Amino acid sequence: MRRFLRPGHDPVRERLKRDLFQFNKTVEHGFPHQPSALGYSPFLRLMAIGTRSGAIKLYGAPGVEFMGLHEENNTVMQIHFIPDQCQLVTLLDDNSLHLWSLKQHGGASELREEHRFTLKGPPGSPPSATQVTAVLPHSSREVLYLGTESGNIFVVELPSFQVLEDRTITPEAVLQRIPEDNCNRRSCELVEALREHPKNPEQILIGYSRGLIVLWDLQNNKATHHFLGSQQLENLYWQRDGSKFISCHYDGSYTQWPVSSDNRQPEPLENTVPYGPFPCKAISKIYWQTTKNGLPYIIFQGGMPRASYGDRHSISVMHGSQQTAFDFTSRVIDFFIIFSSDPAAEFDDPSALVVLAEEELVVIDLKSAGWPAVHPPYLASLHCSAITCSHHVSNIPLKLWERIISAGSKQNIHYSSMPWPIDGGTNIAPDPPQRDLLLTGHEDGTVRFWDASGVCLHLLYKLSTVRVFLTDADPNDNMNTLGEDEWPPLRKVGTFDPYSDDPRLGIQKIYLCKYSGYLAVAGTAGQVLVMELNDEDAEHMVDHAEADLLQDQEGYRWKGHEKLKTRDGPVRFEAGFQPFVLVQCQPPAVVTSLALHSEWKLVAFGTSHGFGLFDHQQKRLVFVKCTLHPSDQLALEGPLSRVKSLKKSLRQSFRRIRRSRVSSRKRRGGSGNASEVQEANAKFDQDALQEMELAPVQRKIEARSAEDSFTGFVRTLYFADTFLRDSSRHCPSLWAGTNGGTVYAFCLRVPPAERRMDEPVRAEQAKEIQLMHRAPVVGILVLDGRSTPLPEPLEVAHDLSKSPDMQGSHQLLVVSEEQLKVFTLPKVSSKLKLKLTALEGCRVRKVTVANFGSCKTDDYSENDLAVLTNLGDIQIISLPFLKLQIRYPCIRKEDVSGIASCVFTKYGQGFYLISPSEFERFSLSTKWLVEPRCIVDMPEVTSNNHVHNKSGTENAARKS
Amino acid sequence: EFRRFSLERSKPGKFEEFYGLLQHVHKIPNVDVLVGYTDVHGDLLPINNDDNYHKAVSTANPLLRIFIQRKEDADYSAFGTDTMTRKKNVLSNVLRPDNHKKKPHIVISMPQDFRPVSSIIDVDILPETHRRVRLYKYGTDKPLGFYIRDGSSVRVTPHGLEKVPGIFISRLVPGGLAQSTGLLAVNDEVLEVNGIEVSGKSLDQVTDMMIANSRNLIITVRPANQRNNVVRNSRTSGSSGQSTESSLPSSTPNILGSLLQGEEESDEEDIIIEDSGEPQQIPKAAPTSESIESLSQIELLHESSQNGFLPSSEMNLNHSAGSISTEYEVPEPGRKSLEEDGTIITL
Repeated sequence: MRRFLRPGHDPVRERLKRDLFQFNKTVEHGFPHQPSALGYSPFLRLMAIGTRSGAIKLYGAPGVEFMGLHEENNTVMQIHFIPDQCQLVTLLDDNSLHLWSLKQHGGASELREEHRFTLKGPPGSPPSATQVTAVLPHSSREVLYLGTESGNIFVVELPSFQVLEDRTITPEAVLQRIPEDNCNRRSCELVEALREHPKNPEQILIGYSRGLIVLWDLQNNKATHHFLGSQQLENLYWQRDGSKFISCHYDGSYTQWPVSSDNRQPEPLENTVPYGPFPCKAISKIYWQTTKNGLPYIIFQGGMPRASYGDRHSISVMHGSQQTAFDFTSRVIDFFIIFSSDPAAEFDDPSALVVLAEEELVVIDLKSAGWPAVHPPYLASLHCSAITCSHHVSNIPLKLWERIISAGSKQNIHYSSMPWPIDGGTNIAPDPPQRDLLLTGHEDGTVRFWDASGVCLHLLYKLSTVRVFLTDADPNDNMNTLGEDEWPPLRKVGTFDPYSDDPRLGIQKIYLCKYSGYLAVAGTAGQVLVMELNDEDAEHMVDHAEADLLQDQEGYRWKGHEKLKTRDGPVRFEAGFQPFVLVQCQPPAVVTSLALHSEWKLVAFGTSHGFGLFDHQQKRLVFVKCTLHPSDQLALEGPLSRVKSLKKSLRQSFRRIRRSRVSSRKRRGGSGNASEVQEANAKFDQDALQEMELAPVQRKIEARSAEDSFTGFVRTLYFADTFLRDSSRHCPSLWAGTNGGTVYAFCLRVPPAERRMDEPVRAEQAKEIQLMHRAPVVGILVLDGRSTPLPEPLEVAHDLSKSPDMQGSHQLLVVSEEQLKVFTLPKVSSKLKLKLTALEGCRVRKVTVANFGSCKTDDYSENDLAVLTNLGDIQIISLPFLKLQIRYPCIRKEDVSGIASCVFTKYGQGFYLISPSEFERFSLSTKWLVEPRCIVDMPEVTSNNHVHNKSGTENAARKS
Repeated sequence: EFRRFSLERSKPGKFEEFYGLLQHVHKIPNVDVLVGYTDVHGDLLPINNDDNYHKAVSTANPLLRIFIQRKEDADYSAFGTDTMTRKKNVLSNVLRPDNHKKKPHIVISMPQDFRPVSSIIDVDILPETHRRVRLYKYGTDKPLGFYIRDGSSVRVTPHGLEKVPGIFISRLVPGGLAQSTGLLAVNDEVLEVNGIEVSGKSLDQVTDMMIANSRNLIITVRPANQRNNVVRNSRTSGSSGQSTESSLPSSTPNILGSLLQGEEESDEEDIIIEDSGEPQQIPKAAPTSESIESLSQIELLHESSQNGFLPSSEMNLNHSAGSISTEYEVPEPGRKSLEEDGTIITL
């Protein structure tokens, strides 16, 4: 009978599960991977970024973001907002146009695709006839002008995308009124730019690629002016009053043109090559912004001298005698200027320059002296140096939070104080329930502290460990050493810097105690730094200690990298986390696990050779334990030997290729008949192909043995106050789990606080458990008498957790890649297990305890295990009975780096990298959900907008 | 020397205890003996573990006759068919044709002195085209020694014949356990690993499942070579003793259950070293009231997966099975319990 009462179908539990668990991918943090287009609506004050994978993301005020994805996953080429509307049009590289709109739904705005459209020419016409090159949404909001490669300008109605064929502006029509000696049919090939007259919506400026520019009167359907540029045209821009415009060209020049009613074929006012006289690269986009003081801002992209600075990604700002060429760290995708959008204003008065580069967003404050950069509240370049690890800390106490912010603000003094200029929309999401920190370790030895509480992942503070070490590149060297008279006046902007001085600096493990402010950071070359938060700069010595993890294992030689050289003498540290102890593992292999106990003032670290415990109060090494199997040559010698073998195999394969080429050539020479040879070659290729098909991937089935490589690799370290020896006395303990399925438990004796400095910390091995399945141990946890995981150090002292139940019997949970097992303590006997791999063929990659609260009642919450498997699934497993509650597919199983980067929070959320620069945030909980919720209201459309325009035109007309 | 004493039939206890009792009753402590009993057919059968001891106790009606021999001068060949009061075992004649000649005096040691390397199991519940092989891996002396690959096979499905992806044995390592058993061969299709179907699982998943079960690996294969299959319906016509025939049907449903249960215990041999002392195997905790629920769940899981075996194997009907018209009817109940199986697995 009992067999029919399946625990999984208990209806009460099923209902509770629905109240507890829910899977959502909520928001993408960071900088979009491979951005390809940029758009801005001065009306909505929203910015749009398109990517090469067809995503479109809208950003406004912090917290206001929208995301859409084109079904085709094609590159977004252009983005244009419809003037004075909550709508935008995207052009993809398959020549399709898409109309998106922001609509309110259920109290929040949503971005939805409304229509799609592909311009079709008459049957039999070449595809170039309808290949869209320029898009102009007309201020009437009724039509789009589409310039094409053929030179035709098509007019389509919005929102229906109906082509108004009678209004097409054909090259023939354009050429009618232009003297034939200047132009021919070819002058009107490829529309490069379309610009509406700023004051008179009935006039549009058409720029053709070969240099011809035409002012077209829409009402009378004829060209009123034409301008004969001698150079290939790149782009056009109107002056605000419509009396002049500026064109920029392929040869790095720009030209100003007057527009007056008396001259139908005006000569250029001024033609300049800003970085001449030597050949320059194209100026691909230009802005001309008027100001009250009469000196215009001319802002353009490119134009650098071809030979010496042709590789720079620059945008130049010229304002009177001031000129700066902002030098970006990666290719500039596009840029725009934020200026006064009030149509009544007489001047542009630009306030900010917003530049989308391939790897970061840079905003320059044009109002403040020196044009400083503005610190973006979102779109942070997570990958300015490659992310090597991450660590999440939930519910940061306010005090620590403020201290970190204050340390960070001292680092940001060179930023502009300007409020974020892109501030459209309203964030209506509830305030984040708590303060969360996401710490990312980077390849260049820095740790970045991100505010991960809400939708905007915002950099609070950056910590560099480099100062402790002597590296080839002195950090003081790379200051801007450009002199005053340097030409062009380049200025580096942006933070993206993927080149690491020394890969050994890379951060591998981070552990932050949020109560004490102690931070432990460990790196690639076996360095473990313990740091303390200091609100002031300080100059002090860093104590050094060495931990020889090989101990008595003599006669082995480490062939991997050397340890990092340290600086002698006191080092100056800026306010923030300042290292006071450096423990150097010997051999200097990558630190693979790290644990810090701030109450006992102990730090434990492990590598592929063993683990050690360091007392950072007395600055004394307590013990080391070598976990190495004597036959594990690979771990002993370090990664270099493997590199060598890789090199060797590469060399061999190259040799093989060369040999095969030589032999095929020989064959060719030997045989007289060429076709025969070709046939033979084809057959040979086919055979080779078939051979490849015949030898599919195969996997070896072999039991793991104690002699496998890297069994000693320490995967996890855990401090616990539990019953290790007998059930009457509990004591501090350190637990370590290895790659070979071994768990070591050490009994610690930590002297009481009053004698903490006088007596040494002692440690003694109490237990060693060998899991027979020998799978890597990825997690160790002790459950108290109530089967609740033991609290974090200092959690009870700060009254943030109930003290653990020390009366009942404790249990030990060991999570290996294949099984979850519960043992009793202090006498170790196995109690329960879940054989995940044997049942499902998946392996545990990440595991954490998470607290899930019910969305229905405030007073119910429970602890479960959140497990990420190598298949990219997330499973929630109950504690202490190890029953699978629910499973969600989360990451593609091929996305190995995504799976490796995943980090869980303590309240059922998580992050993983979807690209080198973006974290996807997900939530497993019904209660803790951080997702954007925002509203974009149509700002009051000034009904007299057109009146203004009209009067503007009149003004312009009167002036000219 | 005869002794007569009583045992409680319902609680026979362990073989070790019984052995001790015998030594005590006969006042022969520290003497190694062989214990045997006569079953209902008069065969002399050994008692050397809990299972056959329990079997022996259960066959007593009401008397159980036990023979004790000193180990040194035991006649090993005394067990089994030799003591049969009936005519000679036909099976043994078939298997060893030279048996009916004068027996060569070969001393064969006790089963307990051997250890099994592999076995074919569940012959009676599997379709004839399938073979369930159990590989026993002891220590590291011999590698398991085989490789698997992706491939495709043809299945009979409700929609007719379909080509579906499958997992196949691609290579046997010479001298490995897999090769030495002779029960697995290259191109055998792997259908199940320790009771879990592999269909729908990737090569890497199946690899991980096999490695996770490597200490007690049970793989169900469809041999590439179908000529050596056990022909099941011969049993009715065979004359190999009614004893097996009568006992098997009742005991089979438990075979896999007990087998997996046994496996539950057998691979539980995690080792603990306390205070740098001697390594010991970690005992199983006595189930407390709170863990009973979950333990029963484990049992349930096994039972259900065992249920899943029968029909699911019929789902994977072999395309080479020739005339399969009769078997077409089977999938209905099969799918039903397959669904049942599914709900359990996705708990």
